[in-house]
Amino acid sequence: MSTKRLVGLFAIGAALVAVVVVAGLVFSTMGTFLVNGIPNISWEFLTEAPRNNNTEGGIFPAIYGTTLLVIVMSILGVPIGTITAIYLNEYTRAGALMPRIIRFAVNTLAGVPSIVFGLFGLGFFVQFVGKGMDTLVGNTEAVWAKPALIWSAATLAALTLPVVIVSVEEALKTVPREMRESSLALGATRWQTIWKIVLPSSTTGILTGSILAIGRSAGEVAPILFTGVVYSLPELPEGITSQFMHLGYHLFVLSTQSPDVDKTLPLQYATTLVLLLLTFTLNFAATFIRSRLRKKQYR
Amino acid sequence: MAKEVKIRAHDLSVYYGAKQALHRISLDLYEREVTAFIGPSGCGKSTFLRSINRMNDLVPDARVAGTLEIDGINIYDSSVDVVELRKRVGMVFQKSTPFPKSIYDNIAFGPRLNGITDRKELDRIVEESLIHAALFDEVKDRLDASAMGLSGGQQQRLCIARAIAVNPSILLMDEPCSALDPISTAKIEELILDLKKQYTIIIVTHNMQQAARVSEYTAFFYMGHLIEFDKTRKIFTNPSKKETEDYVTGRFG
Repeated sequence: MSTKRLVGLFAIGAALVAVVVVAGLVFSTMGTFLVNGIPNISWEFLTEAPRNNNTEGGIFPAIYGTTLLVIVMSILGVPIGTITAIYLNEYTRAGALMPRIIRFAVNTLAGVPSIVFGLFGLGFFVQFVGKGMDTLVGNTEAVWAKPALIWSAATLAALTLPVVIVSVEEALKTVPREMRESSLALGATRWQTIWKIVLPSSTTGILTGSILAIGRSAGEVAPILFTGVVYSLPELPEGITSQFMHLGYHLFVLSTQSPDVDKTLPLQYATTLVLLLLTFTLNFAATFIRSRLRKKQYR
Repeated sequence: MAKEVKIRAHDLSVYYGAKQALHRISLDLYEREVTAFIGPSGCGKSTFLRSINRMNDLVPDARVAGTLEIDGINIYDSSVDVVELRKRVGMVFQKSTPFPKSIYDNIAFGPRLNGITDRKELDRIVEESLIHAALFDEVKDRLDASAMGLSGGQQQRLCIARAIAVNPSILLMDEPCSALDPISTAKIEELILDLKKQYTIIIVTHNMQQAARVSEYTAFFYMGHLIEFDKTRKIFTNPSKKETEDYVTGRFG
């Protein structure tokens, strides 16, 4: 047998091992949580609050808090990301100084560890922005200057910004140059062209990218750790200045902060499964929209 | 009958960065006539075409010297509103570019930009434009269908209808038939001959026969220079310049 053949066989073998390891990991993880999680998921579990120091009851406040967080984060992050992407892709010329600075900033942002975002959120949003707002409206006690849903959402939005920007830019790039020129040639202004032609043509792509970014960050715990999440709440958050519970953080609390960890084990499995389902649903939605987009793609 | 000059270029030069794409072009184009621009690829004919509606403004580092007058007004004057200019100078591109909207909304796009919102008025414009572009009979039952579903030739006629819906006086066509089959091409050529009753038409083409069939005047460009401009018949039968003769007889290009 020649050396070349041996090297080839070895490569194929290594690839097979890698596939088995990856597939094994995915299936054993998923399998564990499916097998142990499903029996513990009940209507009560999904709709009730935790009881008895988080050892009994359900996780409704955490589902509620996570959902609310994701919604507020999207409202804050997607428009800013989209506007940035429009600026970079439609208004600047490749190689100019300003877009290069912004791109450098975006790439740097993407490499920052999420716990650093958490600290940044505490320092900037809670203690600086929040305090500034309290001073401005003349609050004697802290209304804004304390950890709250809005600051967690803002921190998460900052974390997902690079992903949103890059994916919206990709979506904008699928609109052919000729399409823009045709619109301009009809006497449309640059902004009318973006608003009436470019954005409608790339809505699906923008949506897909945003959902992927949101799905990625829905399970992030570090950024919300110092900025608004709590391990237990007497009642559901009333507004954006309230603190909230979160599925990911709740899991951490169940598994490490409970007086009786063995007792919370079924709850841990079930909570993990709910969190996984939430992020998977978002990912599947994005994949589905993207496959629809490919079908109606321009020639 | 003396022809009215519609477009007058005087010493018009266009630069892309350090590269000069057009060298001091001086040229008069007549109203309600079809003028063909011919020449090998990269000769500057499209650059000249795109300087008539200032599409070159979109190219980074593009610079223009000299003047280009439409109806006696220099369109490179700082007081000229480019958006208004482009409403008066329609353009049809090489690649048909229907917007991913319905046929109706494609045609109504321009009029809506001009602030026309009255449904009856829009209906009238859409119908007239489609009739003008010889497309109405083929699409009248599916105006709400997506324009992306039309054939290549239909899409190109849609783009023509869309361009004339804003009521321009000049139509620029940048190789409008280069992606079409012979039957669709014939339809577009027939349409051009019909449209010239109302519009001043300038067509860039690589197809000599097409230039001969549709145009009254022909301008031959080479290496960024205007080599010869004359009646189409003269350009094709008895050109004054050797380069023109070489090109139209197919000796180069």
